[in-house]
Amino acid sequence: MGKWIERQRNIIDFTLSSLLRRKGKNVALVCVYTFVVFLLASVMFFIHSIKKEASIILKDAPEMVIQRMIAGRHELIPTGYMDKIKNIRGVSSVKPRLWGYYYDPVIGANYTLMVPENSDVHAGNIIIGQGISRARLAFEGDSMEFRSHDGKIIDLEVKNILSLESELVSSDLVLISEDDFRRLFGGSKEYVTDLTLHVKNPRELSTIAVKIAELLPDTRIILRDEILRTYDAVFNWRGGMMIVILLGALLAFIIFAWDKASGLSQEERKEIGILKAIGWETSDVILMKFWEGMVVSFSSFLVGVLLAYGHVFFASSALFEPALKGWAVLYPRFKPVPFIDASQLATLFFLTVVPYTVATIIPSWRAATVDPDSVMR
Amino acid sequence: MILNGYSGVHSSKGIKSVRKSNLFFLYLTINMILLFLMFVHASFQGNTEARFIKEKAEMVRRIGLTDLCLFTEASYTRHLSQADLHTAFQDSPMSLEHFPSGSLVGPPPGLRKINGKMD
Repeated sequence: MGKWIERQRNIIDFTLSSLLRRKGKNVALVCVYTFVVFLLASVMFFIHSIKKEASIILKDAPEMVIQRMIAGRHELIPTGYMDKIKNIRGVSSVKPRLWGYYYDPVIGANYTLMVPENSDVHAGNIIIGQGISRARLAFEGDSMEFRSHDGKIIDLEVKNILSLESELVSSDLVLISEDDFRRLFGGSKEYVTDLTLHVKNPRELSTIAVKIAELLPDTRIILRDEILRTYDAVFNWRGGMMIVILLGALLAFIIFAWDKASGLSQEERKEIGILKAIGWETSDVILMKFWEGMVVSFSSFLVGVLLAYGHVFFASSALFEPALKGWAVLYPRFKPVPFIDASQLATLFFLTVVPYTVATIIPSWRAATVDPDSVMR
Repeated sequence: MILNGYSGVHSSKGIKSVRKSNLFFLYLTINMILLFLMFVHASFQGNTEARFIKEKAEMVRRIGLTDLCLFTEASYTRHLSQADLHTAFQDSPMSLEHFPSGSLVGPPPGLRKINGKMD
């Protein structure tokens, strides 16, 4: 065993010396390799973290949301629909939801205005998210002006600011009383934005959804399961930016593999020839090339993963920020929670380290089986 | 075999330099320790954040929220689960979906399934 280890160490010593002889090329290779791993790992960590957090946070979202559609657009729903739905067997409760968007011309941002289910907010008051507080420099006790549907200015006092930790769900939120909501947007009291529904037995949810669709054909039903699936599929690999990043990484790996698999440089072939001439066996040459592949790919993998972890969970994915922000004025400041597991690293390892190492060995095996004399000429 | 005799230790003027393989293994060990610490940190941070995640879940339940506030630039990316296939094109019938976040996220999977059946 000791002899075996010593042999491996000798080969690694030789491999490292060989790599250092082509220092410039190999350092560049390691840098690019590390960057590719870093990019892939960052995307993987970020997406997994968001998905996992969404699945936990949204598990208490409304069981069913019922929206009215007219000409392919979401329209206000009459409160009379509530009575019809309540009569369906298995329905435990139906609640109206009042929510909408408000464009604030002062900062050019869109807010989500919402009337909370319980009457937490009194008329004349609002509770705002941290994003709005930051952008509008509005704090507890300040008043914020809103322009109503009929052009009147409504002053509302900021009663409270939602916690910093809840930004992922509340950054652009304005909680407002029903009276103020209706004063702001107008409309009849007989209409609400949509309905939420709770059922007695969750297993009957799809049956009840079918009954509602038959009873009220102009409605669209969104189940909680669909909400959760939406966030499970968010940042899907087919998404525009995702595919660009993945294609970039894939292309880089194809170039690496092509460079290796298309054959060795004259210098490398000569080196193999000399090694064989001085007594190295084919298996030794292959072992050396295996270690060469491992030194480059495994080192890059480790550093790439560590940098990606720091980037996503310490620097809040600073490199992705411009893409995530888009044209938004309000941007939630949140630190993804590090939900990482060994399977993520294993996937990344098999995607990055294994193909490169294999691509390094194959041409070396071909060169190592050729007569040393012909290789050295 | 010749490799068994290769020590890899270079000596010059009586001073022995460290074997390259030792340096490499030291480098690997440091990285592996950092990798292990990464998992420790993730676990620790996960426990610390559990309270805040619970707080967010409670807010979702209490207010009746349906979505995460990831992108605030367009209604269909602000409320991803409430979007439909038309939302992105509501500005005008010929308007193309043009918000950057629209290129990051797709429509809800439920919609695509229904559309698939129709095609």
